[in-house]
Amino acid sequence: MNNIKQIVNQFEKALLNFDKIEANRLLLAHVDEYGPAELINKIVVQALKRIGDSWQNGSLALSQIYMSGRICEQLVDELLPPASNQRRNQPKMAIAVLNDYHFLGKRIIYSQIRSAGFEVIDYGRKTVNELVEAICNDGIEVIFISTLMYPSALDIKLVVEKLEKERAKVKVLVGGAPFNMDKKLWQQVGADAMGTDGNEALNWVNKMMEEKDERNDIA
Amino acid sequence: MKEMTSLERVLITLGHKEPDRVPLFLLLTMHGAKELGMTIKEYFSNGKNVAEGQLRMRAKYGHDCIYPFFYAPIEVEAWGGEVIYNENGPPNSGTPIIHNPTQILKMQAPKVIGNDCLEKVLDCIRILKEEVKEEVPIVGVIMSPFSLPVMQMGFEGYLKLIYEEPEIFEHLMKINEEFSVSWANEQLSAGATAITYFDPISSTSMIPRELFLKTGFQVAKRTIARIKGPTAVHFASGRCLPIIDDIAQVGTAIIGTSVLEDLSEVKSTCNSRLTVLGNLNGVEMCRWTKKEAETAVKNAIDKAASGGGFILADNHGEIPFQVSEEIIMTIAETVRKYGKYTLKKQ
Repeated sequence: MNNIKQIVNQFEKALLNFDKIEANRLLLAHVDEYGPAELINKIVVQALKRIGDSWQNGSLALSQIYMSGRICEQLVDELLPPASNQRRNQPKMAIAVLNDYHFLGKRIIYSQIRSAGFEVIDYGRKTVNELVEAICNDGIEVIFISTLMYPSALDIKLVVEKLEKERAKVKVLVGGAPFNMDKKLWQQVGADAMGTDGNEALNWVNKMMEEKDERNDIA
Repeated sequence: MKEMTSLERVLITLGHKEPDRVPLFLLLTMHGAKELGMTIKEYFSNGKNVAEGQLRMRAKYGHDCIYPFFYAPIEVEAWGGEVIYNENGPPNSGTPIIHNPTQILKMQAPKVIGNDCLEKVLDCIRILKEEVKEEVPIVGVIMSPFSLPVMQMGFEGYLKLIYEEPEIFEHLMKINEEFSVSWANEQLSAGATAITYFDPISSTSMIPRELFLKTGFQVAKRTIARIKGPTAVHFASGRCLPIIDDIAQVGTAIIGTSVLEDLSEVKSTCNSRLTVLGNLNGVEMCRWTKKEAETAVKNAIDKAASGGGFILADNHGEIPFQVSEEIIMTIAETVRKYGKYTLKKQ
């Protein structure tokens, strides 16, 4: 059996070289050994986590995160098609850009969450009222909101207030440049958490699911 | 030491010597609308308003530049793009004008002269020059040819172009360079003292250095060489430390640094080749207390002001509309109080 760390290293290198063929080869070489879901968790998610950590410490650039996420999303779609019963469709999640017309941050997080085998609805760009209505109508449990412009980040507070008024049982995770610049801003706008990259978003979802499982076990 | 004019102060620090005090660039744009009691949209509707706003703000805060920058999407507006106004923030670019890379092959750059949105900036600069003459630098702005496509075609489409369609990318750079050079030089002709070359996509927050050297670096060298005046390269909050040695070769005098980087490390890496501009946290500034503002200014001065080669400013190139007059005034007063050379350790 190949050392899993070695495969993750090779996979990460392939992603950073934008070598989709090599990345695909590495996954296909081990899919029988691990099965699609475990393979994604052990290799794809781990490689993206390392790439995310490097983005956070400034040693990798946003374009590399974007291209890596895009390759992973395509590869994972082949391993686990959207209709696959191994896809994780719980909790019910959606992602949106609020007010802005800057979509790259959302695209990166969307790719990374899907690369981890989760399903997530892409709402595109929404205004405050449109977003609240969509969340309530679709029964969304986790909403990821991406913003680039500072006023749009502040408008998340309006979304949170309206969701509370509607008694929506949804957790709000926010991200984007204003939150990276001011680490207290997510609290100011009333979000449940912030994420600087897809990895943090995934950790948060996994933690939320564990807590939910614990509550169900106690009940 | 005799008090200098703002221009003298800035020129001395650009020569990596100590002027009478640390120069302060308050890069205020939308706050001018508050001064004139206007909406942001009304304020930016003509050059006269913006000139008046800039003059009033300088009279109030006593900082060392005039900043006739309207809003980032003014350049895509010149190309026929949409600008979306906001009541409490900067106008934003709307739907991109390039939907398909093949469109680029047929594109032509707009003329600067006769273009309504750009002419209002030139009017503003002319009015300002008439008023301030040589007392204070008028800092014009262009978006770099390399970063402009984010607004022309969206960030995702542009990254795909850079990575997957290098020939069309080069074609777009040629068109954009012609426009940017013309836009910069018209601002200089109108009376701008220097041009800020905003290039966030060249930041290592956005693309790796290896790619920058093949793309944004080449574009910056070609473009800056044709701009007939001094320039500052600014990454609009993005990191620049790993490419400082490269930026030192593009022919610019100033580098704008991010709050994500250590100011003293940036200063020492610049090593008297570039003057450092930065790096107060504009987003946190929105909720700073007076004490926090004072501390941030003192820390920046401590880290980077010794020996000159430093201009204090925010790290983004635009102070958010939500920053209060009280905090802006505190920043200005703290610089006047603690930024006098020879510096004392705070």
